[in-house]
Amino acid sequence: MIEGLIGGLFNGISIGAVLLIVALGLAIVFGLMGVINLAHGELMMLGAYTTYVVQNGANLIGGVAPEIYILVALPLAFVVAALTGLALERWVIRYLYGRPLETLLATWGVSLILKQFVRSVNWAMVIGLVVFALLFFGGRWLIQKQRVLSPTIATVMGVLSGAIALVAGLIMNQSGSTALSRAWFSARNVDVTAPSWLRGGLSLGTTLQFPYARLFIIVLTVLCLVGVYWFLQGSSWGLRIRSVTQNRTMSACMGIPTERVDALTFALGSGLAGIAGCAVTLLGSVGPNLGSNYIVDAFMVVVVGGVGKLVGSIVAAMVIGIITYLVGSGTLALLLAPYPAMSPVMDLFTFFATTSMAKVMVFALIIAFLQVRPAGMFPQKGRTAEV
Amino acid sequence: MGTAMLLKACGSAPDTADSAPADGDAPAAAGDGETIKVGLLHSLSGTMAISETTVVDAEMLAIKEINAAGGVLGKQIEPIQEDGASDWPTFAEKAEKLIDQDQVVTVFGCWTSASRKAVLPVFESKDHMLWYPVQYEGQECSKNIFYTGAAPNQQIEPAVDWLLENKGTDFFLVGSDYVFPRTANTIIKEQLKAKGGNTVGEDYLPLGNTEVTPIITKIKAALPNGGVIFNSLNGDSNVAFFKQLQGAGMTPDLYPVMSVSIAEEEVRQIGKEFLIGHYAAWNYFQTVETPENEKWVADFKAEYGEDRVTNDPMEAAYIMVYLWKQAVEQAGTTDIAAVREAAYGQEFAAPEGPVTMNVNHHISKTVRIGEIRDDGLFDIVSSTDGPIDPVPWNQYVPDTKGFACDWSDPAKGGKYETEGA
Amino acid sequence: MTAETPLQPRRAAKAQKAKFQLIEVGIVIALMLVLALILPLLLSGFRLGLLGRFLSLAIVALGIDLIWGFTGLLSLGHGIFFALGGYAFAMHLQLNSLGEGQLPEFFGLYGVSELPFFWQRFYSLPLTLLIMILVPTLVAGVLGYLVFRNRIRGVYFSILTQAALVVFFNFFNGQQELINGTNGLKTDTSVLFGQQVGGAGMQEVFYIITVILLALVYVLCRWITSGRFGRLLVAIRDDENRVRFSGYNPTWFKVLVFSLSGAIAGLAGALYTVQSGIVSPQYMDIAFSIEMVIWVAVGGRATLVGAVVGALLVNWARALLSESFPEVWLFFQGALFLLVVTVLPEGIVGWLRNQAGAKVRSLLGQQEALATYPSLELDPDVQAEKGELVD
Repeated sequence: MIEGLIGGLFNGISIGAVLLIVALGLAIVFGLMGVINLAHGELMMLGAYTTYVVQNGANLIGGVAPEIYILVALPLAFVVAALTGLALERWVIRYLYGRPLETLLATWGVSLILKQFVRSVNWAMVIGLVVFALLFFGGRWLIQKQRVLSPTIATVMGVLSGAIALVAGLIMNQSGSTALSRAWFSARNVDVTAPSWLRGGLSLGTTLQFPYARLFIIVLTVLCLVGVYWFLQGSSWGLRIRSVTQNRTMSACMGIPTERVDALTFALGSGLAGIAGCAVTLLGSVGPNLGSNYIVDAFMVVVVGGVGKLVGSIVAAMVIGIITYLVGSGTLALLLAPYPAMSPVMDLFTFFATTSMAKVMVFALIIAFLQVRPAGMFPQKGRTAEV
Repeated sequence: MGTAMLLKACGSAPDTADSAPADGDAPAAAGDGETIKVGLLHSLSGTMAISETTVVDAEMLAIKEINAAGGVLGKQIEPIQEDGASDWPTFAEKAEKLIDQDQVVTVFGCWTSASRKAVLPVFESKDHMLWYPVQYEGQECSKNIFYTGAAPNQQIEPAVDWLLENKGTDFFLVGSDYVFPRTANTIIKEQLKAKGGNTVGEDYLPLGNTEVTPIITKIKAALPNGGVIFNSLNGDSNVAFFKQLQGAGMTPDLYPVMSVSIAEEEVRQIGKEFLIGHYAAWNYFQTVETPENEKWVADFKAEYGEDRVTNDPMEAAYIMVYLWKQAVEQAGTTDIAAVREAAYGQEFAAPEGPVTMNVNHHISKTVRIGEIRDDGLFDIVSSTDGPIDPVPWNQYVPDTKGFACDWSDPAKGGKYETEGA
Repeated sequence: MTAETPLQPRRAAKAQKAKFQLIEVGIVIALMLVLALILPLLLSGFRLGLLGRFLSLAIVALGIDLIWGFTGLLSLGHGIFFALGGYAFAMHLQLNSLGEGQLPEFFGLYGVSELPFFWQRFYSLPLTLLIMILVPTLVAGVLGYLVFRNRIRGVYFSILTQAALVVFFNFFNGQQELINGTNGLKTDTSVLFGQQVGGAGMQEVFYIITVILLALVYVLCRWITSGRFGRLLVAIRDDENRVRFSGYNPTWFKVLVFSLSGAIAGLAGALYTVQSGIVSPQYMDIAFSIEMVIWVAVGGRATLVGAVVGALLVNWARALLSESFPEVWLFFQGALFLLVVTVLPEGIVGWLRNQAGAKVRSLLGQQEALATYPSLELDPDVQAEKGELVD
């Protein structure tokens, strides 16, 4: 009984830890900027693909490398996703502040592009992109030195360099060289195999088994939380982020560079998505659709937790994880079995005791919960008539 | 990113035959109007793209080979690709487009049963022809579809028999939440009932779900001392399932998993470390030893790269193009009714061994059980002596017991009661 | 005397308004006739079928424009209502084509031998039509009431509707024994009034019905938004608190408009289902519901014409792009959404209304149209400051 309870708790927490690590970056960005980033899942996917590339590199090197590649992949995934996030913020989201619903749609477009990008990326495309970037940004930089950059010139330049890059890419693709035109990843899933020390599990007692991968993710989640907490509470940029979260206008008046704070926060959130992507490679598949499998659950964690409070996300993730487990595994139904008076309730739980139906129940519970606490578990306090 | 797009747009432009192979466009024909158009309808985007793009590769290879050897009826085959986008209504829309707009003479396509069921009315109402390359749950026999994958009696039933004989009688059934696993498990439960096995539990994961902890707990509770897991999960969920199964310490010696949707390509995607020692049932494995297979595997790798593998649905896709070609040549026309008539009895020396198209639109195939070995390929541990004839209407399920299908005889059709029943 | 003068222009304005209304009604009828009578002669059967489907999607877009464009509620869960309408009609069609005592075929696959109770209602066509509209209305009403009562707004509302969508999707997907799960219900081979639904004749009838209903829904939405109620909706969008302080209870107005939008979606879902031949849980795919909103964004928010234009344009582009570039069309689609939101925030119709005129004028070398006073806008200092602001 005790073992069952511990096992159940552990399993629930391990589901919650995955939810939390996925939702963490989302929560920070949402809390600060009120921006729902639908491309968050795709940033995770980039992190996962980074892990795949690092793994293949490690396998080439051989020796001890395949055993420790994940330690290299984690920071790299962070950097790749953070840079992508930064680019996204600079080029798209910056223009949409104050219009959260439009941001939602724009990031949806970005997520489609990113998904297709990993499906069809090849050397020809990358070289084409580099050519475009060189021509466009190099040209802009040169012209800007003369201080005559007008929107018309910028548009003409964009079209011209785009056309040149396109033709260059086309020629390379047509050249018949498979090295250039072969997709790197293609639409098929790729495999990321955990190092051997993360496979298998830790046995305790007779029935208890804690998978190492799960333990690793729990530890990683805790580390990320500590890191984020330290960054937000201990560093001067963290102070600025917190102040902008609380009151953007006031902070701007006090001389805090809100634009840079936004960019930094978005990069941080995206980087955390990259780490999450790296972590989930231990559990599931790596493919273009990786992100969409997690993103909606992550939204729920953020909304249930309440915006702007990390502690809310933590509690929400754990509660959702544990409920998902208890309902989905049928444990709840089993626990009620000895009490005949509870049999209608038990029937209900048995009906929901498949993974599909557990999801129905958990989401329905979330909707019900938000009736009671519309602003989540830990709402921001303030004198406002709105939520 | 524009490069790839424009390239695809140039599909009809003259193009050298040795251009990018993954590109999806066949070399242009000698002259316009002198081609035979066929449709390829698979998901190139969405969840199912991970599997369906491999089948497209196999179909393109077959078409390329046929074209290089002079085409069909002296004409080149011109494949027209459409993206079903893993969305069933889109499949129906694109099927209509291929038939009405492009006037293709046949369509090769679909993977999931749901997509096949979605296009079925389109093909039936237009009396057109679809070739379907994937093993499926049976209980269907359309006049307008040729099924070159396994019917349940060519994959699921022999697998269950083999497990009962060699691995134990307690079964836990795991599947994705859609029609193939549900129907397959209905059949398995009936079969176990008839042969003295037990179904100790079953559970279904939504497609794309990767959180399998609750299922693993259930399996452990239902089979504390080990037992057989029959797995009909599809796509992404398999990866999560096997990774976490190993994490939970459930090894193949105690918990052998028999999968019906895991072939060489999936093994590669999941990671062979998680799969060694588990089983799969198919008609074809890359390790089948026939001269045809050696040649095919070599050709395939030459076309798409050394690191690629071949598998059962790809092989079924490859042979269906050839079966269609033979039928067209025998009929001497691409007229659909004539080709359908000519298809019955077509034989082909396939990589898996000889196959024959039956009057019930399914093909006779050899059944094999493979154990995953440490190079990611399969060790064939059991194989039938020759091809097994397909039975689309299941004989274990009470509703369909005693029914059969024969499209060569207008009096019988898709579902008629046999004498002995 | 003094009382007379202000009335004069008012009457003129009224006459003016009536004139515009007449012109508009004329345009709507003309377009409807073109769609219903002329296009069937020009387009091939397949393209006409596509157009019919897109027109039914345009009906949903109108509903979404009503709640998003005018009331500011971004629903990411409209797939629920769309699918409910589709399922209701498909269930009737399934039952209608059966003989006495038979069950729809798929039940046999799962060993179900008795018709589930809620299917019984769908034997009768009038009742089905009623349910088809009423159920989505009720679901939207209940969901809306719960959400709006708690003053949940903005992004929270969007996420909540998405959660509801996931609930419904998983439920429909998981219940094979009740409604055939993932496979959905097929309508093509079923029979209505003794005709096969998938047949060319029936499809043409459905096409014309779709055109007529689209026009009716448009007129309904136009009527709603041009009156007092419409102004209230806009007021709720722009400042809900002020509306509340003015003595209105916004909750009920929001519930009302949300259920109306749900009803419209249900109607559209039924029309879409019969024309595409299948209804499946994929209608409640998360992506599909987001796309619905994007149609409106592309066409232009709060311009009802924009919703229709956007739905037709995006879907047409999607169909053509995915036919021509089956492997990479998602790039185009993603880029389209991105561009519209960043470069054309008002959508195509909004841009045409507000910006295009000025653009044409400046191209012709004429002065800009003035919104305020010449002394204010033409002042060089003001111009210079405006220039700085733009940069």
